[in-house]
Amino acid sequence: MKVRVLVRPKSGILDPQGEAVKSALPALGFEGVGNVHVGRLIELEVERIDEMDAMCRRLLANPTIEEYEWEVIS
Amino acid sequence: MRIGVAIFPGSNCDRDALFAVEQMGADPVELWHADADLKAVDAVIVPGGFSYGDYLRPGAIARFAKVMGPLEEFARAGGPVLGICNGFQVLTEAHLLPGALLRNIDMRFVCRRVRVRVESTETPWTSGCESGEELMLPVAHNEGNYFADEATLKELEDEGRVVLRYLKNPNGSANDIAGVCNEGRNVVGIMPHPERVSDPVLGSEKGLKILRSVLVGARI
Amino acid sequence: MNIQETYASLGLSDYEYDRILELLGRAPNFLELSLFSVMWSEHCGYKNSRPLLGRFPSDGPCVLQGPGENAGVVEVGDGWALAFKMESHNHPSAVEPYEGAATGVGGIIRDVLAMGARPVALLNSLRFGPLDEERNRYLFREVVAGIGGYGNAIGVPTVGGEVELSRSYSGNPLVNAMCVGLIRTEDLVRSRAQGEGNLVVLLGSKTGRDGIHGATFASDELSEESESRRSNVQVGDPFMGKMLVECCLKLLEEGLLVSLQDLGAAGITSSASEMAAKGGVGIEIEVDKVPLREEGMEPAEIMISESQERMLAVVEPEKIGQVAELAEHYGIGSAVIGRVADHGELRILSGGEVVGSVPADYLAEAPVYEREISRPAYLDELRELNLDEISLPEDYNAALLALLSHPNLCSRHSVFEQYDHQVGTNTVVLPGADAAVMRIKGTSLGFAITTDGRGRHCYLDPEGGGAATVAEAYRNLSCVGAEPVALTDCLNFGSPEKQAPYYQLARCIEGMSRASEAFGTPVVSGNVSLYNETSRGAIYPTPIVGMVGILKDVSRHATPGFKREGDMVVVIGSGPGVSLDGSDYLEIIHGKVAGRPVEPDLAAEKRVADLVREMVRSGLVDTAHDISGGGEIVAVAEMALAGGFGIEYEEGEAERMVAGQGRGRADLAFFGEESGGFIVAVPEERWDDLQEALSGFAYDYIGCTGGDRFKVGNLINVSLEEMREAYEQDLFGG
Repeated sequence: MKVRVLVRPKSGILDPQGEAVKSALPALGFEGVGNVHVGRLIELEVERIDEMDAMCRRLLANPTIEEYEWEVIS
Repeated sequence: MRIGVAIFPGSNCDRDALFAVEQMGADPVELWHADADLKAVDAVIVPGGFSYGDYLRPGAIARFAKVMGPLEEFARAGGPVLGICNGFQVLTEAHLLPGALLRNIDMRFVCRRVRVRVESTETPWTSGCESGEELMLPVAHNEGNYFADEATLKELEDEGRVVLRYLKNPNGSANDIAGVCNEGRNVVGIMPHPERVSDPVLGSEKGLKILRSVLVGARI
Repeated sequence: MNIQETYASLGLSDYEYDRILELLGRAPNFLELSLFSVMWSEHCGYKNSRPLLGRFPSDGPCVLQGPGENAGVVEVGDGWALAFKMESHNHPSAVEPYEGAATGVGGIIRDVLAMGARPVALLNSLRFGPLDEERNRYLFREVVAGIGGYGNAIGVPTVGGEVELSRSYSGNPLVNAMCVGLIRTEDLVRSRAQGEGNLVVLLGSKTGRDGIHGATFASDELSEESESRRSNVQVGDPFMGKMLVECCLKLLEEGLLVSLQDLGAAGITSSASEMAAKGGVGIEIEVDKVPLREEGMEPAEIMISESQERMLAVVEPEKIGQVAELAEHYGIGSAVIGRVADHGELRILSGGEVVGSVPADYLAEAPVYEREISRPAYLDELRELNLDEISLPEDYNAALLALLSHPNLCSRHSVFEQYDHQVGTNTVVLPGADAAVMRIKGTSLGFAITTDGRGRHCYLDPEGGGAATVAEAYRNLSCVGAEPVALTDCLNFGSPEKQAPYYQLARCIEGMSRASEAFGTPVVSGNVSLYNETSRGAIYPTPIVGMVGILKDVSRHATPGFKREGDMVVVIGSGPGVSLDGSDYLEIIHGKVAGRPVEPDLAAEKRVADLVREMVRSGLVDTAHDISGGGEIVAVAEMALAGGFGIEYEEGEAERMVAGQGRGRADLAFFGEESGGFIVAVPEERWDDLQEALSGFAYDYIGCTGGDRFKVGNLINVSLEEMREAYEQDLFGG
C-alpha cells in the first residue's frame, strides 16, 4: 500500500526555511501571512504498515528536531 | 599511529583528511563505507563532504553504512573519533553525539575563516591546545546551526563538553557552539575544518594543533 | 505537420534542409533530421562563428592540446599538465537559474574529466541586470546558490570569478563556468573512438526527457515563449556527478578505457558522432539498451536527451566485466549501448532494425555562414565625450565611498562565501585577490587562474575591448606572480544575424587575437554563446577570458593587501595615461556610458606586467595589485582594506594628483582608468632593490602604509572604517 509521510520541524525549533518563505510572501504582495513551516513529504509503497513508526523514527525523520505523521493513501 | 578516514559516497574532504593525517605524522588508512572493518586503526576521522548527497538530511543515510557498525563499537569502547563538518552531522545522526545541525540561520552556505575558542582541552582532539586558546579555522557548510534542547545544552555546558565556541557566530548555533564531545569525551564533532589549515603553504598550520592532539592524548 | 514545418520546428532553415538532402542524397527521416538539428545548432556546430574563430592563435610551447577536444591542455612542468575550459549556460540560467547554473558547473567539470584530468578548481563569470529589479535579484540569488549547490557538493573548490551588473543583461544573465583539471601528461585521454568491435558504454545517470533540444534552445533568442519551455532545462545531481568523476578516474587509472567523452549539449548524438568522426570510424547505438528514467521515449528523444551526469566510453570487449564491476563499486549505472564499426556512420538501431544512419562527418560539419562585417552607427555616436560637460565631484570622499559601495566595485565576499573555495586543500590564494593561486601537492609548483570580462569596454570599442580583456587577465596573473601560458574563452554576444552583434563579435575576436599573440597566450579551448538578446535588445558584447598561469615556486606569490606598517607604495604605469572614457567613475558617478577607453599598448603592457611578475618571483615584492575599475584611488583603497593598513599620499605626489597629473582635473587622476597600471609595496629595507628593478620604467612613489586613514592631499581623508562600511556590501541585501 501507499503511505504518505509528512515530516516537519518540531514546534519551537528554529525553521530558517519557513522564515525565508514568510518574509518572501509579503514582498510578492501576499499580505497577512502568519507562521510558515517548511517540511518534507515522502511517499512510499510498503508491505507492512506496522513498521512505519520505526522507519520514521530511524531514518525518515530525526526525532531530535522533527516530528512526523503518516497516513495510508491507497 | 594508524588513523582511519571513513569514506562515504559523496564524502569530499576524505582525500584532504588523509593528506592531513600524513602531515601530522601518522599513517592514513582508508575506511570504505561498504566494508564493516576498521582495519585496526587507533583513531577515526569522519570527514566532511556531502555523504549520499546530503539527501534526506545530512548524515542521515551515511549513519547506516556498513562501516558505521564497527565505528560505533569503537566509539563506545572509548576510541578517539573526530567528526568534521559532515562528519559531525553523521555522528549526531548516529547518536554518538547529542543534538543536531540545522540549516544556517541565513539559509546560505558559508565558507569563511572564523575565530573559535578552545573551551575544553580534555578530549583526545584538543589536548594539544591551550584552554581558552583562540584559533582561526575555516568553516564551509550549509547546515552548521547546532541545536539541542535546553536540558542537553545545560548538560553540555555544565560538564564542559562544549569543545569549540565561535567568537562571532556564522550560522546561528545555540550558545555559539562550534564543537561538542560525548559523555566519554572520546568522540568529538566540530564544524570547522582543521585539515584545511594544516600546511604552511596554505597560510596556516593551526589545524595541526587539533589533529596532532590525538597523537599525545589518545587516552584521557 | 508537413516536412517544411517539421524541420522548421527543429530549428533548421530551408537552406540547411536542402544541404541535408544534398549530403545524404535522400530525404532524412525524423530521427535523422533531429540529429542534424542538434548538431547543426550554433551551440554544437558554431555555424556563425567558425570562420571568425580561426583567427585565434592556438599554438604555443606549452600547449599539449589546442581547440577541438573537450578541453585545452597545457604543460606545467615535472610531468604535470592542466586541462581547462570555459562554457556558457546563459539560456538555461535565464529560465531556471538554480538548475541552469548547477548543470553548467556539472557540464564543465565533465569536459575536463573527459581529458582524464581530476577537476581541481572552478571559476565563474556572471552578469546580471541591476539589482533594483526583482527578477534580476532572483536570478542572481539563484544562480549563485546553484553554482554553490553543485560545486560545493561535488567537492571542487570555486576559487575565483567575477560578477558585474549592467542594464544590458536584464533578463539575459550570463553564466560562464570554467573548470581546471590536473593530470599527468602521460595520462591524457582523447575522445576519438577506435577499434572496430569495441564497445560503447554509457556511464552514470539514466536518460530522461530533460533538456531535449537544449542545444537548439541555446541558439535562440530569449522570449516570453522560452519561459514556458521549462522542460528544456536539465536538473543536476552533484552526488551522482561526484561518483561519476571518481569512477571515471579509477577506470582510466586501471587502463580500462580506450576513449572517453562527456555527454553535453545534444547528448548521445553529439558525443557518439564526435567520437566517431575524430576516430574516422562509425558507431552503432542500440537505443533499446539505454537505461531510461521515463517510459515510452522515442529513439530521437533518447538520442538527443541532455540528461546530466553521463559519460560515454569506448571499451575493449574483454575489459567490459571489470568496467561494470568498478561502476557498481561506485554505485553508478553502466550499460553497453553500442559498438564501434567501420562504416563511418552514426547508426541507430531499435528492435534489431536500423532506424537511422548518417555519416558522422556530416553531423560534425555544420554549414558555415559568413556574414558581412559592417560598422554599426552607434559606435560613433557614443564615442564623443566632452569632459567639460562632466562636473567635478564636490566631495571626493563621497565619490570614493560611492564607488567602493557600488555593486560593481564593492567586496564580493557575499558571493564567494557561498562557495567552498578550499575543499581539496590546494587553494593558496583565496578569492578576493587579483587571481586565485593553487598548489600542486607533492611539488613546489603552482598555478594561477583568473576570469575577466569587459562588456562595457567592448561595447564602446569592440576591438580595443577584446584586447583589453586579454590584457587584464594577463595583468591579474602577473600580479600574483604567475607566468600566463594560455587561455580559454566564452564569447557572449547577441544575434549574429544582426549588424551590430556580428560586427562586435568579429572585432572582439580580432582584438583578443592580437593581444593573445602579443602576450604569447594562445586560445586552447572555448565556447560561443550567441543570440543573447531579449525584447530590450542585445547584451553588451562580452567575451570572457579565463587565463591560466604557472608558478615554479608557489610560495613566492603576491596578494593585494598591504602587509606591514611602513611599506613604501609605488604606482607603475605602462604609458598611455589615464582616461575617464568608458570608466566606472563616469558610469557610477555621472550615469554616462560613453567615450573611447584607452586602447592597450600591448608591448608596453607586457613589459610592465613581466616586470611585476619578476619582482614577485624573485621575492622582492609580496604586495601587488593592478589598477582597474575605479582607477588608482580605488585600487589603493582596496589594498588598504584588504590589509587593514591606512596610507597617506606624500605631499608632492598628492599635489600632482590633485592637479590632475598635469591635465587639470583631479577626478581624472584619481578615478581615471588606463591599461597596464600596477601598484606594489615593499618594506623600507627593499626600497633600493625596488628602485633598481624599476629603472627604465615610469613609476611614482606615492607614500607609506600606516595608520587607519586614507589621505590624499586635501581632497581625500576617510577612515578605513568608513571605507569598510561602504565596501563590505551584502549583495543579497540581508
